[in-house]
Amino acid sequence: MTKTVNHKAWLFVLPVVVLVAFNAIIPLMTVVNYSVQESFGDNTFFWAGVRWFEEILNAERFHSALIRSILFTTIILLIEVPLGLVIALAMPRKGPWVSVCLVLMALPLLIPWNVVGAIWNIMALPDIGLLGHGLNSLGWEYNYTRQPFAAWFTIVLMDVWHWTSLVVLLCYAGLVSIPDAYYQAAKIDGARPWAVFRYIQLPKLKYVLTIAILLRFMDSFMIYTEVLVVTGGGPGSATTFLSIDLVKTALGQFDLGPAAAMSLIYFLIILLFSWLFYTLMMRNEAR
Amino acid sequence: MRTRFLIPALYIFFLLLPIYWLLNMSFKTTNEILGGFSLWPQNFTLANYAIIFTDPTWYNGYIASIEYVVINTVLSIAVALPAAYAFSRYYFLGDKHLFFWLLTNRMAPAAVFALPFYQLYSAVGLFDTPWAVALAHTLFNVPLAVWILEGFMSGVPKELDETAYVDGYSFWRFFFKIFMPTIAAGIGVAFFFCFMFSWVELLLAKTLTSVAAKPIAALMTKTASTSGYQLGLLAAAGSLTLIPGAVVIYFVRNYIAKGFALGRV
Repeated sequence: MTKTVNHKAWLFVLPVVVLVAFNAIIPLMTVVNYSVQESFGDNTFFWAGVRWFEEILNAERFHSALIRSILFTTIILLIEVPLGLVIALAMPRKGPWVSVCLVLMALPLLIPWNVVGAIWNIMALPDIGLLGHGLNSLGWEYNYTRQPFAAWFTIVLMDVWHWTSLVVLLCYAGLVSIPDAYYQAAKIDGARPWAVFRYIQLPKLKYVLTIAILLRFMDSFMIYTEVLVVTGGGPGSATTFLSIDLVKTALGQFDLGPAAAMSLIYFLIILLFSWLFYTLMMRNEAR
Repeated sequence: MRTRFLIPALYIFFLLLPIYWLLNMSFKTTNEILGGFSLWPQNFTLANYAIIFTDPTWYNGYIASIEYVVINTVLSIAVALPAAYAFSRYYFLGDKHLFFWLLTNRMAPAAVFALPFYQLYSAVGLFDTPWAVALAHTLFNVPLAVWILEGFMSGVPKELDETAYVDGYSFWRFFFKIFMPTIAAGIGVAFFFCFMFSWVELLLAKTLTSVAAKPIAALMTKTASTSGYQLGLLAAAGSLTLIPGAVVIYFVRNYIAKGFALGRV
């Protein structure tokens, strides 16, 4: 579509800018302010320069939380994106079952995050939970409060349960938008299912898949509430991701300086990745 | 390809299992839950639900949650509509940068903002009101609403606007009478997403409230602190939080798929 140049359009954007600026810029300045100062209990502050940044960037604790977050996000993307794609491909396109599928699949997306945590908490209880009891009677000595591997298994399963539907819904929307004529043409050419997928469906899905990956990347990298409810970051610090570590430092120990420095580093990492995805996405759209 | 339906069927089965388990727990007494493993309630009871519906601290939590979610959704969509229109129809100074800056706020981890938000909303006197949470949630909902609406609006040909002006419509009359009904599906989808992210977010909602506006889901920690760990009550409170989501999905069920597809997809 042809757009026209009109600088008065700023008036339309103004309410959004004011609202978001109030919410984003003031708190961000507060964080920047704290990140360069040393604070004491009675509201006295001293200039600390880049000391907190140096400390955080060299801290073993930060490195391991970062590695855990990256590992978690990678596992989540590797499972949820292909799984969501397969489910979307297998879903019915017409008929009464479409609505049933969509409604049931969207259900986990609308559950408050700590309830999601609570649900998986009672699912996974080793003696009386369905999952915990089931796994134990299958012969796996499963106890997510003691074994790091069991804890990871539980939260990955929880996240797959919670968010795969988002990928499914996005991919499904992309698939429905492909006109029938494409499939008919493929049929005339005698294309195999794989060829239909590779040359018709996948190119059409590129855009939705990018959105899905972008959203799943951001949200799994920021995961906090669900994990906190289920494992509390444990056992030990096996599931202490960046967000959990950050809140512990900021609100738990009230170490404002280090927490603020950590916030900024954390935010910058997300921003960098998101910018990469976003540029890729916009380039796709321009084509 | 006869067995194709098995994939979604199995997936839905997997989705429903934990929800069944939650409902199952909510109809048991805490003693029965701790007593041992059983696939369905042996002594079916509604006592857990009775506690929630008779204790004001419980049901007020429900009202508080609904309050801030509604304020947030209405506010987000109201400010996002004109902005999305501007992004979809015009080039203006710094439009691309502005758009990305808005999106960066969707990417901001709530954990980063928890403490400064607490101080900001305390300073302006909104702490522990639904408005604090509603405003805080606009941080990620407004960018999302702008993004979705802009997608839908870009799908509407500009000739529609021009024809309306030729017919003598003023801008606002055109916007409300013609344009908004045309992108109703988009508004539906934006509404769905705003509702969803405001309803499920808890870190900020919990940080910005103490007593009066405490959301229902945050109240659930109460079951752990008073008189031991009341699993039955926790499960009942959790089950009740599923209802608003289910209702919203039911209303937008036709828009979810169609809606996504009409947007940028």
